[in-house]
Amino acid sequence: MGKRVLLIEDEPNIIEAIRFLLSREGYQVDTHTDGATALEAVAARRPDMVILDVMLPNKSGYDILRELRAGETTARLPVLMLTARGQRRDREMAERFGASRFMTKPFSNSEMLSSVRELLGS
Amino acid sequence: MPASGLTGSRIRERRTALGLRQSALARAVGISPAYLNLIEHNRRRIGGKLLVALARELQVEPSALTEGAEAALLAELRAAAMGHREVAAEHDLAEEFAGHFPGWAALVTAQQRRIETLEQTVAALTDRLTHDPQLAASMHEVLSVVTAIRATSAILAEGGEVDPEWQARFHRNLHEDSRRLAESAQALVEYLDSAGEEGGQVGVTLPQEELEQWLQARGFHVPELEGEGALSPQELVAREPALNRARTTASLAAGWLERYREDALRLPLERLREAVARLGLVPDALARELGCELPLVFRRLACLPDAADTVRPGLVSCDASGTLTFRKPVDGFPLPRYGAACPLWPLYQALARPMQPVRALVEQPGRTPRRFLCFALAAPAGPVGFEQVPLFSSTMLILPEELAPEDPVAPLLPVGASCRICPRGGCAARREPSILTDGF
Repeated sequence: MGKRVLLIEDEPNIIEAIRFLLSREGYQVDTHTDGATALEAVAARRPDMVILDVMLPNKSGYDILRELRAGETTARLPVLMLTARGQRRDREMAERFGASRFMTKPFSNSEMLSSVRELLGS
Repeated sequence: MPASGLTGSRIRERRTALGLRQSALARAVGISPAYLNLIEHNRRRIGGKLLVALARELQVEPSALTEGAEAALLAELRAAAMGHREVAAEHDLAEEFAGHFPGWAALVTAQQRRIETLEQTVAALTDRLTHDPQLAASMHEVLSVVTAIRATSAILAEGGEVDPEWQARFHRNLHEDSRRLAESAQALVEYLDSAGEEGGQVGVTLPQEELEQWLQARGFHVPELEGEGALSPQELVAREPALNRARTTASLAAGWLERYREDALRLPLERLREAVARLGLVPDALARELGCELPLVFRRLACLPDAADTVRPGLVSCDASGTLTFRKPVDGFPLPRYGAACPLWPLYQALARPMQPVRALVEQPGRTPRRFLCFALAAPAGPVGFEQVPLFSSTMLILPEELAPEDPVAPLLPVGASCRICPRGGCAARREPSILTDGF
């Protein structure tokens, strides 16, 4: 059975591309677009990993990451952070808050696939 | 006043102008011609009796030989050296350098000023790049669209199975995204273009400096805004090219001139002149007589039109952070261009005692120390209410001693310009070491 990936991202065409890409590899992809309700989405879908955009409407990806790490069931959930800024400060923030991996937009599809494979240990 | 700034050069110019021989002048003041030659070439510093004797022989006031430009030039040279400690410029030879090579010394100080201005501009632009929300939003939009295009086109181009329905969908997405990208790139270019134009102007001088230069050129008096049939401040800004080259300068100038106009309406020039003629330059007496608050009187006194030959008061104001927000310079009382000034100024004392008038006779250091009678008051900068904490700003009027009313009842307060160029030792208010080892 395919592992479950939850993609939290607000750009519809990016969602579509990533969803297609991962589905074709056999993963089961759920998506969510609103930052404010992202934690509820994680709790409801119980994914094997999360792809999390930093710039989300209503709540920053960093805040969501911090809360995930503070949660009992999600503390060790693999999280791949996506950001549109490749600055060192962003990378440091992501690492400090406990991101499993960090990827700068625009990323290549093979980069995305290998990161997901690695994080899911498949 | 001779053109060159240094005491020795001034002595030489004055002597030549009188047609005196070096040996004759030396004999008259009881020194050797060789020593006078050293003095005239700025290789020996003089003061006290010898200076007074030379001034008498040259038929000028001693202060005419020493004051003003010299101290400022040397302070600027030393500040320049301070900024580049690693090159170990010969601090103690600054005077000699300025004396021997006045042109080069002027170049060093001009470049120092230019560097300071550029540093400010770079800091402002960096701030803008980091904090400008419009730029950040545009960049984010462009990167998001590029990301979608890259991921989508790679799916189509890199092979692998894509059924026709998905293919059609991805083509539609690509088309949509490419149009969005074109639009956001266009918006970004337009934004950067306009920022560039403005930045180009800002690069020359800061808005506050542009306004002050404009005011300086007209002696800080703006007849267009005085009396009947005055222009509106906006009209004035619009017709003065120096004020509307950059948007930031234009809005700063409009704000300043707006208040000038209000001040002029509340305290017309003729009323002020008449009261000054009767009561003298005594701000509190003027305020009582005219029914105005003190800061208004300070500002109007500083903006009196030039009467021939009189020294006019300086004015400086700051906000609650101590940042100087307005500077009208007066000879002998240096006002720092950037950074904080001397914390002993009555301007700052007033901030610590809001609404209480502060008066002090201050002394600026120098080879010939200069005294000024300062009046300061800190008052709320905007409307006050019970709902908000008032924001205070402080204003200080600087009267050169010779303008001060007879017998000022004020304690003498030694102050400086700012710590870096202040020679005073043992000062409790010092926050950084002085670059002057032995005073001026």
